[in-house]
Amino acid sequence: MSKAFEIVILSGKGGTGKTSITAAFASLAKHAVFTDCDVDAADLHLVLSPDIYRTEDFESGAKAIVNTDKCTGCELCRDVCRFSALEFKNGIPVIDEYACEGCGLCSIVCPVDAISVHNYNNNKIYFANCRFGPMVYGKLGVAEENSGKLVSKIRQYARELTRQHQAEIIVTDGPPGIGCPVISSVTGSDLVLAVTEPTMSGWHDLERLIEMIGGFKTPVFVVINKYDLNEEMTQLIEQRLDAMNIQVIGKIPYSETMVLALLEAKTINEFDPAGYIAGELTRIWETITFTIKQHHKPINI
Amino acid sequence: MKIAITSGKGGTGKTTVSTGLFHILSRYLKHHVQLLDCDVEEPDCHIFIRASKTAVYPVNLMIPEIKTDLCTFCGKCKAACAFNAIVMLPPAKFIEVSADMCHGCGACSYVCPENAIVEKPSSIGQITHFDYYAKDEFIEGRLHIGSALQTRVIRETITHARQQGIILFDSPPGTSCPVIATVSKSDYVVMVTEPTPFGLNDLILMVDTVKQLGKKHGITINKAGLDYKPLYEYISQNNIPLLGEIPFRKELAGAYSKGEIVAASGPEIRKVFENITRKLLHETSLNL
Repeated sequence: MSKAFEIVILSGKGGTGKTSITAAFASLAKHAVFTDCDVDAADLHLVLSPDIYRTEDFESGAKAIVNTDKCTGCELCRDVCRFSALEFKNGIPVIDEYACEGCGLCSIVCPVDAISVHNYNNNKIYFANCRFGPMVYGKLGVAEENSGKLVSKIRQYARELTRQHQAEIIVTDGPPGIGCPVISSVTGSDLVLAVTEPTMSGWHDLERLIEMIGGFKTPVFVVINKYDLNEEMTQLIEQRLDAMNIQVIGKIPYSETMVLALLEAKTINEFDPAGYIAGELTRIWETITFTIKQHHKPINI
Repeated sequence: MKIAITSGKGGTGKTTVSTGLFHILSRYLKHHVQLLDCDVEEPDCHIFIRASKTAVYPVNLMIPEIKTDLCTFCGKCKAACAFNAIVMLPPAKFIEVSADMCHGCGACSYVCPENAIVEKPSSIGQITHFDYYAKDEFIEGRLHIGSALQTRVIRETITHARQQGIILFDSPPGTSCPVIATVSKSDYVVMVTEPTPFGLNDLILMVDTVKQLGKKHGITINKAGLDYKPLYEYISQNNIPLLGEIPFRKELAGAYSKGEIVAASGPEIRKVFENITRKLLHETSLNL
């Protein structure tokens, strides 16, 4: 039985630098598996340039379909739908596929079996290898749903990959926000690294994220990115986190190097290994791996 | 006219653009202007829009509760539930609804032959109304922390808008269901991007989504300055109207960090936002 730790990089607010930091960790991690759980807008592959060796289709939700030939226009389906997804136009039911949640109640109530629920499989999971190790990531089909389930599945595959490769750690680039894909990313992970920025929105969103994670008892570390854009705000965030007993394990200054590295599809630590930011990220990574090995029981798989 | 402000990638400046448009439109237009914060997981508009709160409404979900004394463990509710939210162990006389999984569709209580299921409201979020100056309104949807039903809160928030004048939706990031819930109810989509490979990658996903939904759309580039050619080539090759570019300046980032409306932080940037607004109104066939 092998054991692996799972680290998830989150932020609450988007655009704080999650992916650039995750990519930097990828170049520092040994015996690791990487995942991108920001399935709405996965970007990690742009830096890690993985070679995909397998693609799998994944369920992307269910929608009701009406057989208008059978429909008698009784409107019972519309009356029971709680999602306002059914409307009658000229006596014919029309389903708003973007509002339908696929619960199937309309098909249950239909007296003439004119409604069926169709399952779609338009989400994708990619298995790949990148220059730092194995990677698994997902992509939501255009206008599809089920991101929470997709994230859970990706993480399950990542655990399988760690077993195959005898890896020690899973590094996950998480989604923004605090909703279902984020909840799916945090569930059962060993440590969350929250990346924030010194703005009022950055703090507001981080506070909500920390409260959400609080329900899971997963330990949280914080990195303040672009800290010098507003040092007063940085100080305020540090004080508030201190009062919550949450450690700020690093501060990264604003630098164009981040974008310049990205333009060459390199991690910061590959692009400018001797630079200050690369050094700071190395220190942060070492702090994380040291802490996780010291204080937390690894998951069993 | 409903205008959604979106971006595939987070942190590109959706809120900067939507609060800026709201600020400018509110001052120059006689129409009623409403701003809806539909980024219910992380609603940030309120940080920038200083307005007075007028009302708060809860967003409730009807969660079923199964009365075990009436239940015969026939399993019909479990079979009807599309979300696997019902846990049943007949030998132990155990049956329960897992509230985290429940979508509140009502299928279980509909099929129960024993009337053993009652539904009780459970709060998943709240909607707050604010007055903005005399004529305009700001409405915020906010998901309760821990709930995974952000889409429901968004849909409910949108129903709170008065159907008149211009309605701006500050959308959540990404391209999945919360974004669809917002964009599908709009007439025009402003996509905000930044000149980086991440920005372009996520813009392409957003354009695909918006096209699938058949919505008219335009692009605003934020943090402009970096001459990232592939972005500009993509925009011109796809004939997508460029509504304007907001330059990257440290002082704008500073104003944003303090919670100031970026569009109101100086005369030069104000001009930039006025031009974007003008172009947007032209695109949407409204005139100043």
